Amino acid sequence: MSRTSAIAAVARRELAAYFASPLAYVFITVFLVLSAALTFRLGGFFARGQADLQPFFQFHPWLYLVLIPALGMRLWAEERRSGTLEFLLSLPVTAAQATVAKFLAAWLFAGLALALTAPIWIAVAALGEPDHGAILAGYIGSWLMAGGYLAVAGCLSAVTRNQVVAFVLAAAACFVLLGAGSEAVRGALAEDAPALAEAVAALSVLTHFQAIQRGVLELRDLVFFASLIVAGLVINTALVELKRGT
Amino acid sequence: MERLLEIDGLTRRFGRSAAVDGIGFSVARGELLGFLGPNGAGKSTTMKMVAGVLPMSAGRVRVCGHDVARAAVPAQRRLGYLAEGAPLYADMTAGALLDFVARVRGLAGRAKARAIGRAVERLELQAALDRPIETLSKGFTRRVGLAQAILHDPDLLILDEPTDGLDPNQKRQVRALLTELAAERAVVVSTHVLEEVEAVCSRCVVISRGRIVADATPADLLRRSRRHGAVGLRLPASAAERVRARLAALPEVAAVERAPAGDGQTVLLALPNAAADAAGAVRRALDGTPEVAELWIERGRLDDVFHDLTRGAPAGTA
Repeated sequence: MSRTSAIAAVARRELAAYFASPLAYVFITVFLVLSAALTFRLGGFFARGQADLQPFFQFHPWLYLVLIPALGMRLWAEERRSGTLEFLLSLPVTAAQATVAKFLAAWLFAGLALALTAPIWIAVAALGEPDHGAILAGYIGSWLMAGGYLAVAGCLSAVTRNQVVAFVLAAAACFVLLGAGSEAVRGALAEDAPALAEAVAALSVLTHFQAIQRGVLELRDLVFFASLIVAGLVINTALVELKRGT
Repeated sequence: MERLLEIDGLTRRFGRSAAVDGIGFSVARGELLGFLGPNGAGKSTTMKMVAGVLPMSAGRVRVCGHDVARAAVPAQRRLGYLAEGAPLYADMTAGALLDFVARVRGLAGRAKARAIGRAVERLELQAALDRPIETLSKGFTRRVGLAQAILHDPDLLILDEPTDGLDPNQKRQVRALLTELAAERAVVVSTHVLEEVEAVCSRCVVISRGRIVADATPADLLRRSRRHGAVGLRLPASAAERVRARLAALPEVAAVERAPAGDGQTVLLALPNAAADAAGAVRRALDGTPEVAELWIERGRLDDVFHDLTRGAPAGTA
């Protein structure tokens, strides 16, 4: 009871903190403008003549590459810099609870930004007869991917007190997670080590996101994102404990 | 007496040097313990370990019977902590911060409102409730920090420099609050202000270079001052030399110190020989010197004792 109330209290505070600064509004605006611009300009939303959200979702892995580290960079680095981590850890909250709470707040916030793109779903429904199941799967996949990125960004925010460093490290790590599944990497590895190419691709966010985006929620893709998030949170907790008081 | 805080062999190493080196003491309900020491002596490090914020390298801390190293959260439920500099979420209003702390501490509904109301009233925070903490004065910020520390009515309070940055009136108010709180709890306060120790503490622990160098009541510490029991007198500068010579000749007097007091006056301080009663002898010797305007007996000065204790100089017996 008190365990969940402590998590809820911290998550609630974190969520409020996003909206107390311009970060929330800048993030949401940039996310909406960029995702719309990419969908309609680069994605050829209208030119394709198909009633689906493929052009919308296909840019999310790249959009999140910049935006999610921006969301996650403050999670711990800011607390360590301003000394409030000492205050937080003096309250009856374990490092694991604080980690989960901070992650949940950031993930809910990312979910909110994603939910605000609903008009594009409405538009596509008005224009044609889309496969609503596939679109829902796309949204779930996108949110899971945001969670995976956030778990990674949270870890890297815990290793430094400098938010810019946290951002750069997180963007680089997410890029590796993403790039492992790209055609370029796959092609380069396929010649010499085809088995390795498959293994690397299986560890990539891109591979699993694209699988979900095709409209099929398969267990192995869900397990992949769940494992990424859980592993991130476990490492994050360990880092907070390790860096406690330094 | 019920011991609410027990510290035993507490050590914290940073690299090869020990910031806190085998400290041990305990605090009982009703005690207000002053925790003193020069900057860098290990006060804050000790308090962080007690609060469960910093892991210890060795030793044991028990808060209300809970081992902090093994069960930090149960210990933290019974403890209120004000960190050095009172770091708080600057973007939150004071009211939102107290609400957050109350929720984390598992308070809800009426109990939460009552706890916040009581803390706000005790620290006179009404005017600050709707203002972001970053816009508050240092004094207000410190009081918000104190309010969150006492919100859940803890048995043990660990306060790192609670009066730092407060004006004299606020200091007085906080001291009164500490005295009131200590009546039913155990309170540990670190401070640089020695007068504060004399004013409110029932006991002091002095540390230097990570080790305890004194654990005594303020009165006991004062007794270690070389000025303890000294006779002070104020008289016109013109008569000072004659009187000084007369006092210095007394067997009960070890030495006479002289300091200008402004306004053509001089202060003489006759330091007693160990265990001698200098006061009577001085008074007799002063017969026929109507120039002496004022005469008093020194209780001793804590800053002398503090200096001697923390500089490694002899600080007397006991």
